[in-house]
Amino acid sequence: MNFPSNFRYTKDHEWISLDGNIATVGITDFAQSELGDIVYVEIDSVGKTLAAETVFGTVEAVKTVSDLFLPVAGKILEFNAALEKQPELVNNDPYVGGWMIKLEVADVKDVEALLDAAAYQNLVH
Amino acid sequence: MKNTAFTEKHIALGAKMAEFAGYNMPISYSGINDEHATVRNNAGIFDVSHMGEFILKGENALDLIQRVTSNDASKLTAGKAQYSCLPNNDGGIVDDLLVYCVEENKVYMLVVNASNIEKDWNWISTFNSKNVEMHNISDKTCLLAIQGPNATKILQPLTDIDILNMKYYTFAKGKFAGVDNVLISATGYTGAGGIEIYFEDKNGDAEKIWNAIFEIGAPQGLKPIGLGARDTLRLEMGFCLYGNDINDTTSPLEAGLGWITKFTKDFTSKNIFEKQKAEGVKRKLVGFEMIDRGIPRHDYLIKDAAGNLIGKVTSGTQAPSLNKAVGLGYVATEHASLDNEIFIEIRNSLVKAKVVKFPFA
Repeated sequence: MNFPSNFRYTKDHEWISLDGNIATVGITDFAQSELGDIVYVEIDSVGKTLAAETVFGTVEAVKTVSDLFLPVAGKILEFNAALEKQPELVNNDPYVGGWMIKLEVADVKDVEALLDAAAYQNLVH
Repeated sequence: MKNTAFTEKHIALGAKMAEFAGYNMPISYSGINDEHATVRNNAGIFDVSHMGEFILKGENALDLIQRVTSNDASKLTAGKAQYSCLPNNDGGIVDDLLVYCVEENKVYMLVVNASNIEKDWNWISTFNSKNVEMHNISDKTCLLAIQGPNATKILQPLTDIDILNMKYYTFAKGKFAGVDNVLISATGYTGAGGIEIYFEDKNGDAEKIWNAIFEIGAPQGLKPIGLGARDTLRLEMGFCLYGNDINDTTSPLEAGLGWITKFTKDFTSKNIFEKQKAEGVKRKLVGFEMIDRGIPRHDYLIKDAAGNLIGKVTSGTQAPSLNKAVGLGYVATEHASLDNEIFIEIRNSLVKAKVVKFPFA
């Protein structure tokens, strides 16, 4: 299982990748594998400013539904529209095509405080 | 947690395992959608050895079965099986089951849900006043379901019994993959056709059968299938799952199981069901499909356009073969007619759906 070393991770299995103060957020390879075939990603929080660890959407697999938690505080700018038609991108390409939201991060230092790839790998192994 | 004779095989094949009814069972292998499609289009094998089997023997065996089940088992001749249920005293359902007539008026096999083995055994035993010989053979009995449009064609070389032409809900006992005394049944829980085979695990017979099926089946695309796809396959067909769609508080008439509720004989709660049939039931199990985007799940609330509570979802999923979200649920009878618009409450919003016929597939 692959966990890019330049990303940060949460114990709820989201990844976050920072570019300036704009972050991209998705779920990890481990999370997609645990969920199984993903059939729907619902995100109705675009435009909202939310605190860290609040629910910003849900991901539905064939058998289960799981909440998505915001890794750090910020304003949700955009939802990956490709997931509307192809939710399976989250399974097949969790770190690139399967990204879920773009986030304007309130404080970039919050991101550094999250788990690095090694720490996350320890958590799931 | 118990293992089946095939647990090691599932783990070796890389299955995602989880506890189900006290057994360590495979939930999925290659992914639910892929497994689902394999069964719909070709053939797949399920280990469902966790299911329970009881043998009832003796001259009063049929009497006892007639007393505890809702369907009319006197219609069965040797080699025929029927779907039935065990009503409780309050017009609910103890379990749903298959009744196999092995020898008319003498030997029957009941196949019950894994999670209800003990409950069913105790329930049936309380009615056994005429010394019917009862054996719980669940622990030593293996059950494999090989399902799909190509299942019987693939397996035919493994047996002399004519499985290609075996009629739905009939069965025969014979040799399969060199193992004697295998009960081969043209039944299943997928709506895709195929057989189920029951046999005892002794002298490595379970391994022999499993290996023979893969040896002949794998080159033709047969794959192992987990309980996840078993659930989506049965749901597309509108088959009830005990614990979800039927339980101790639901009546077979509410559940659309009037066809297995026969008033030709005396049985538990017969009076309650007769009254329900005459007066009509207050709620009904309906199939519905989502009109607006959303996936229904067990226990979600069903409301009308004005937001009044009218029922509850009992099963729901994104149906892999249909490319739409479907579900089953009980609604007040006045909302149960076809095409009636209902609303599923999903994460605090009301999402539009409509009542449709099932099987959905």
